[in-house]
Amino acid sequence: MTEVRTAKPIIELEGIRKTYTSGSITFEALRGVDTSVAEGEYVAVIGPSGSGKSTLMNILGCLDNPTEGSYVLAGEDVASMTETQLAEVRNKRIGFVFQQFHLLAAQSAWRNVELPLVYAGVPKAERKERAIAALTKVGLGERVENKPGELSGGQQQRVAVARALVTEPAMILADEPTGNLDSRSTDDVLGLLDDLHGAGRTIVLITHEDEVAARAQRNLVIRDGLIVTDTPVVRGVSA
Amino acid sequence: MNWRETLRTAFEAVHAHRMRSILTMLGIVIGIASVILTVGFGQGARQEVQDEINSLGSNLLIVSPGSSTDDSGTRGGFGSATTLTLADANAIADSDVVPDAVSVAPVTSTSLSVVAGDTNWTTTVMGTTTSWLDVRTRTLASGRWFTDSEAENGSKVVVLGSDTASELFSGQSPVGQTVTINGTTLTVIGVLDSSGSSSSGTSEDDMAVMPLSTEAALTGSTSSAVSTIYVECADADVLSAAYQEIDTLLLTRHDIASGDDADFSIATQDSLVDTASSTNETLSVLLTGVAAISLLVGGIGVMNIMLVSVTERIREIGLRKALGATPRVIGQQFLAEASILGLAGGLIGIGIGVIGSWILPLIIDQPVTLSFLATAGALGVSLALGVGFGVYPASRAARLTPIDALRSE
Repeated sequence: MTEVRTAKPIIELEGIRKTYTSGSITFEALRGVDTSVAEGEYVAVIGPSGSGKSTLMNILGCLDNPTEGSYVLAGEDVASMTETQLAEVRNKRIGFVFQQFHLLAAQSAWRNVELPLVYAGVPKAERKERAIAALTKVGLGERVENKPGELSGGQQQRVAVARALVTEPAMILADEPTGNLDSRSTDDVLGLLDDLHGAGRTIVLITHEDEVAARAQRNLVIRDGLIVTDTPVVRGVSA
Repeated sequence: MNWRETLRTAFEAVHAHRMRSILTMLGIVIGIASVILTVGFGQGARQEVQDEINSLGSNLLIVSPGSSTDDSGTRGGFGSATTLTLADANAIADSDVVPDAVSVAPVTSTSLSVVAGDTNWTTTVMGTTTSWLDVRTRTLASGRWFTDSEAENGSKVVVLGSDTASELFSGQSPVGQTVTINGTTLTVIGVLDSSGSSSSGTSEDDMAVMPLSTEAALTGSTSSAVSTIYVECADADVLSAAYQEIDTLLLTRHDIASGDDADFSIATQDSLVDTASSTNETLSVLLTGVAAISLLVGGIGVMNIMLVSVTERIREIGLRKALGATPRVIGQQFLAEASILGLAGGLIGIGIGVIGSWILPLIIDQPVTLSFLATAGALGVSLALGVGFGVYPASRAARLTPIDALRSE
C-alpha cells in the first residue's frame, strides 16, 4: 500500500470549500477538504447523503468549481477554470460512470462510446476503431451495434465504462455505479473496475455501500463536509 | 467538434423525434406555402391583366381627349372634352410627321339601342376606319369586315361583337340579317371573334362597329370629334418615340405651349397594366401580409418546441457536457436543430406551394404564377426563422450547468 501512496499524485485537493447560497441562507457543503490521490490508486469515497459526497464528486469531476481552495488534476490547476476550459479537462482527463448509465437511447453502443472522442475532435474512422476496442475490453465486442434498450442493466453500465475508458483518461470517476444494478450485475461491474485498476487505472468511486467500498484500496469517509477517516482497505478482512 | 458533426448530431435529434419535428415544422410549412401561393396568385392576376391588355394590340398607343378649359375657366374631366378630331387622326397618320406610327384608327362611340326583330339591346355603337381591325388585332368569327369603299360611301353595314350578336340573334347566324339603330336599318356583314377580355367595365365583345361616315349619318352628328385614336407602332421599341411625335404634333395642332396644359392624353400598354393591376396588388399585399404573420407564428412555434426540447433533453445536455461538450458546442447543436426544422419546413412548404400552384388554378379559375424570387426568398426566410427563433433556446441549453442537467430526473 505505502508504495502506491507515495507515487506521483494525480489529484491534489487543498482547503476545498464549497458554499451554496440560496437567498439569505448559506450552506457549507464542503468545509476544507485536503487529500491527494496517487496515480493507479483505487479510492472509494463513502458517506451518507447530505455529507458533501456529491459536492466532492462534482468538484473532482470538474463539473463545478470550489468556492475556495486549490485542485490540481494531472498537474493542472482546475479550481478557477471557466466552463469551457473545464469541458476540455473533463473530456481529456476524466471518464465518468454514472448511476443512471446516461446512455443515449437512440444510438448504438459504439456510437455512445465514441461520444467523448467526437468532442475531442478525433477523426471518424479512428473513433469507431477506438470505441470498438473499448467495448471489446469490457467484454461487449459482440454487441457494438446494439442500442442500450437491447442490453441488460449490467451491459449498459459496461457500455458506460467503455465510454469512460475510450479517451484514456487520468481518472475514472464512478458515481454510485452499482446503485441501479442487481447483485449479479454489481459483481460484474465491480469486477470490471478491479480489472481496470489491475491494468493501472486511477479510479475514484463514490458510494454509500460498504461492500462496494471494500473493493477499493483506500476508503475516504466524508461527513458534514469534512473527510473524517482515510483508511487503507485490507482485502479479505472487510469483504 | 466540427460543423459536420454538429449537423449530424442535430439531424439525429430531429430524426429521433420525428412526430414532434413534423408538428413543429407545420407552422413554417403552412406559412411558406401560403406566401408562395399568395405571391403566385398576385403575379398570376397581374399576368392575366397584362395578357388582356396586350391582346388589345401589342404596340398600341391610345390617344384620348383630355380635359378642356372653357371660357369660364371650368375644366372638364379627362375624356369629357371633344378636343380630338378626325383631322388630328389624319395628321398622326401622316408618315412624315409621325414616322413611327404604322396605322391609325380613330373611333367615335355612342351608346345606342340596337333592334333586331323584336329584340332590343343597348350597346356601344362605334364608327371607325378600315384599319381598326388590324390596329386592335381583332379577327372575325364569321362574315367580313367593311371595305374602303363602304367606308367612303357610308354604306349601311355593321359588324357586331360576339356578345352583341348572341344577345340580338340568340344563336342564329347574324350575317346577312338586318338591325335597326336610331331608325336606320343596317345589314350585319360580320361578327368579331371574342377577345375574351373586358377593360374598365365595358366588354370588348359588346359593340356594333361601322364606318365613321355611317355612324355620323346615324347619329346625325356633324362634329368631326372622335373619342379615341388608336395608333399602332412598328414595334414596342419605338413606342416612346411615337409617343413624343404624337405629343408634339397634337400640342402644335392644338396651339398649346406647355405639355402641362395638354387637352389630350396618350396612354401606353404599361400605364394601362399598372392601373388595372393596382387593385390586385393591394389584395396580394394584404394576403402576403397574412401569410407573413403565419410564418411568424410558425417561427414562434419552432422556438416553443425548441424550449420544450431543451427542458426535455436536459439530461442529454448534461451528459454531453460531462463528456466534454463546451457551452458553445451545445448551443450550436440546438441552433442547428432549429435551423434544420426551419429549412425542412421551408422546403416542404415550397413543395406544397408548387403543387398548390398547379391545383389551385383548376379550382378557383385564377392563374397562379410561381415566382423564383418569392420561392428563394421563402427558403431564406424559413432558414432565418429557424436560426432567429433557435437562438434563445440554444443559449438556454448552452448555459445549463452540467450537474443541474445530470441531476434532473
